[in-house]
Amino acid sequence: MADTRVVEIKNLSKRFDELVVLDNISIDVKEAENLVVFGRSGTGKSVLLKCIIGLLRPDKGEIKINDKNVINIPLKELNEIRKNIGFLFQSGALYDSMNVRENLEFQLIKNTDFTKEEIEHKVHDALKKVSLEQAINKMPSELSGGMRKRIALARSIIAEPKLMLYDEPTTGLDPITSKEISELILNLQKSLNMTSIVVTHDLICANIIADRAIFLKEGHIAYQGNIDDLTSSEDKFLRNFFSEKIIKE
Amino acid sequence: MKIPQIKYLRKPKASDYMYLFFANITGLTVFVIEFFKQLFIPPYEINEVKKHMDELGVKTFPIVSVTGFIIGLVLAMQSQPVLQKFGATDFLPATVSLSVIRELGPVITALIFAGRVSSGIGAELGSMRVTEQIDAMEVSAINPFKYLVVTRVIATTMILPILTIYVIFLALIGGYIAVIITENMSFQYYQNAVIGAVEFGDLIPGVGKTFVFGFIVGIVGAYKGFTTDGGTEGVGRASTTSVVIASLLILVFDLVLVKLSLMLWPTLG
Repeated sequence: MADTRVVEIKNLSKRFDELVVLDNISIDVKEAENLVVFGRSGTGKSVLLKCIIGLLRPDKGEIKINDKNVINIPLKELNEIRKNIGFLFQSGALYDSMNVRENLEFQLIKNTDFTKEEIEHKVHDALKKVSLEQAINKMPSELSGGMRKRIALARSIIAEPKLMLYDEPTTGLDPITSKEISELILNLQKSLNMTSIVVTHDLICANIIADRAIFLKEGHIAYQGNIDDLTSSEDKFLRNFFSEKIIKE
Repeated sequence: MKIPQIKYLRKPKASDYMYLFFANITGLTVFVIEFFKQLFIPPYEINEVKKHMDELGVKTFPIVSVTGFIIGLVLAMQSQPVLQKFGATDFLPATVSLSVIRELGPVITALIFAGRVSSGIGAELGSMRVTEQIDAMEVSAINPFKYLVVTRVIATTMILPILTIYVIFLALIGGYIAVIITENMSFQYYQNAVIGAVEFGDLIPGVGKTFVFGFIVGIVGAYKGFTTDGGTEGVGRASTTSVVIASLLILVFDLVLVKLSLMLWPTLG
């Protein structure tokens, strides 16, 4: 892991009407690091990711990706930054009017000058990485939950982004599929040397992926450290949060 | 782009409905301005426009065919006894053709188109919004407004005039069938009477206003869909409200455009 900071968040605040979701949060993520973000539902984990990618505008604070500010910049500049970021949505968010091939090639057709053959090669390559080459002509409605997540993952990494943001990548999956997806994320991160921020509730996933973890509570970073520090903490709140979730190997 | 939203946390009052009305008007205005800003920025997504024109035209074809034929048939059947009282049944072709070309054809086609297409666009984009597909497009550095909204609005604007001309043609055929049932009138006479009654100036405002109606259908459906929130319930709401708003706007703009066309072509009066 290099010391270069890929993501720098300083004093970030976001509120919806009266509800303060993020309150003066500062986070740095280094190159090739996997940061896992924990927190109870509604504590602003997904909001944090959406602020980083520019889907939500923070009320205050600064977000830099590779030293480039992403707040209050023209859409054109933001899109240039977004081309180097992958985002895996909780629901997968596959385009349901397109089949798997079209889902994967869509952003390459729109954003790159690759030839048809190169795009075809990249689609097959991405599907191979998630072991779903046979699903190339299927529609999203024909896929199971796990397959949808894998295809969504393939779509996020097809442009080989340097930064990946995962919004609850294993939610709604059985423990075996969840473990497979987590291992897949780790393998992809290693093979593509990506930096990742993973929002999750899933301790199996976090155990596999995390280099470092933070815990959001009431809009603040309440705890941070490695996974073992958090799960073995004597803090009452953390003990309560993790007690039901720890899976003995 | 900021779209005004309203969320009810209590039982809505009359003032909330007023707020909602003005919020919709403001939001729609912002949306229309955004449409014209994006319209001239490349890429132009010609293939996507063609695809939507094909889909929207084909989907609406059967229903407007039946409607067009019945409009002409019923209009002739209803007008015939009245004209007969005054011994003016010779004016039946002119009555049918002028009513259909100037008003009934364009407005009824537009209202049916709104019911079929505006709700479809509202539901489709609404469902894409709540399942984060629009967000997914945005984070992939693809402009969803350009790709989803502009293409559909261009398609509805272009396809409705074509459908209207087709409906007018079918309505005139329907009118002829009603005429030959009740009157001893040859097709040649009917045809000549229609051509004699209709001037080119009748066609321009009649068909011309359908470009505006097509735009309304597309932009309202896209606006309600694109700004949907509240999950599947929100999608249902987007679908129904887009039909209501589009239909109302079609009637309001019809009034304005009729007045405008009478000012531009005084002979129409």
